[in-house]
Amino acid sequence: MTQKSQGFDDRTMEVIISRLLQVGVLLASLVVLVGGVLYVSAHAGGWPDYHTFKSEPENLRHLPGVGRGVAARDPASIIMLGVLLLIATPVARVAFAVVAFAMERDKLYVAVSLLVLAVLLFGFIHSS
Amino acid sequence: MTLAVVGALLFLGALLAGLLGALTGLGGGVVLVPLLTLVFHVDIRYAIGASLISVIATSSGAASAYVREGYSSIRIGMFLEVATTTGAIFGAFLATRVQTEWLAIIFGVVLIWSAFLSWRLAHNPVPDLKHGSPWSNRLRLSGSYPGPNGLPQCYEVERIPAGAAMMFVAGSLSGLLGIGSGAVKVLAMDRLMRVPFKVSTTTSNFMIGVTAAASAGIYLHRGFIDPGLSVPVMLGVLTGSLLGARYLVKARVSLLRTVFTWVILALGAEMILIGVMKQL
Repeated sequence: MTQKSQGFDDRTMEVIISRLLQVGVLLASLVVLVGGVLYVSAHAGGWPDYHTFKSEPENLRHLPGVGRGVAARDPASIIMLGVLLLIATPVARVAFAVVAFAMERDKLYVAVSLLVLAVLLFGFIHSS
Repeated sequence: MTLAVVGALLFLGALLAGLLGALTGLGGGVVLVPLLTLVFHVDIRYAIGASLISVIATSSGAASAYVREGYSSIRIGMFLEVATTTGAIFGAFLATRVQTEWLAIIFGVVLIWSAFLSWRLAHNPVPDLKHGSPWSNRLRLSGSYPGPNGLPQCYEVERIPAGAAMMFVAGSLSGLLGIGSGAVKVLAMDRLMRVPFKVSTTTSNFMIGVTAAASAGIYLHRGFIDPGLSVPVMLGVLTGSLLGARYLVKARVSLLRTVFTWVILALGAEMILIGVMKQL
């Protein structure tokens, strides 16, 4: 079990992490909601056809494209910013765990967390 | 129909999916994908993209409720996430290459298997393990949780490679089908590694979000995630699952659970049928 004398143990880590996750989800939901309201008011017309798969436009599939869209106040890009924030939340959780395990001086789990972080970043950067 | 009307219907459908997912303990994705494809006639690739997003939201949104119970093990979770995230990337690569008819068939089979698993896992408890593999302590996977009398109950784990292999499978299914695959994760921890049931289910919830995040990037690059679908689906499933979690604490709803399990079995059968019909 972990040492309680250090003042920072697994339990404290879990409480902080759960707060981090909640804040992340709340923030992402708010951004998605704002984007959604703008999206509905901009697309007064019909429902897009989702029956056939066409893949999303290029600019909504990468971070720089979404960034440019948000700067231009494009509703779809604002929604995707919220989605990106949501995806970043568990990634931030793992990044925080790296720091927390380092504070506990647990080298094994610093390495394990770094490995998970590397796999996550690989999935995000590698695209094909 | 106008965008706002369909959006509202989708929100309500997603809310129901989140509610059902929380009450059956299977998660929102397994109800959402059949709902989107069978009722709203959405292409399965858009459906699994939207589902994956809602899975991340549900896992993270419910985290604090699980932590308060004091059961989840951050070390077991992190250790096994190496296997689930690797599996998730493998599954997401497959998803971009497998025919949609096959996706529907695999989804149906996994849906029925998950429903069977979660029923069996909840109804046939196994006793905790006092002495596990020597690697349990070496890898610091042993831990304790609050027992019925308030005293900490210590546990060790065994069959770590088998558990990790099953976690790779769970991750692959998550990446391939855009679901949390919580039932398979619990199977790996509870049955193979003999992690206590409560620790398994709460740790699984944490792992689901990290696993889904691994394949989300690939889905995004492939254009599976549509903004118009993401809004009602993500917000709907999140609301539904939070309501479901609250309701579940207040009352033991065994009759509802049985009914919903049959609903899920029927959805699974229909997904298989649709996939097979398109093949012919």
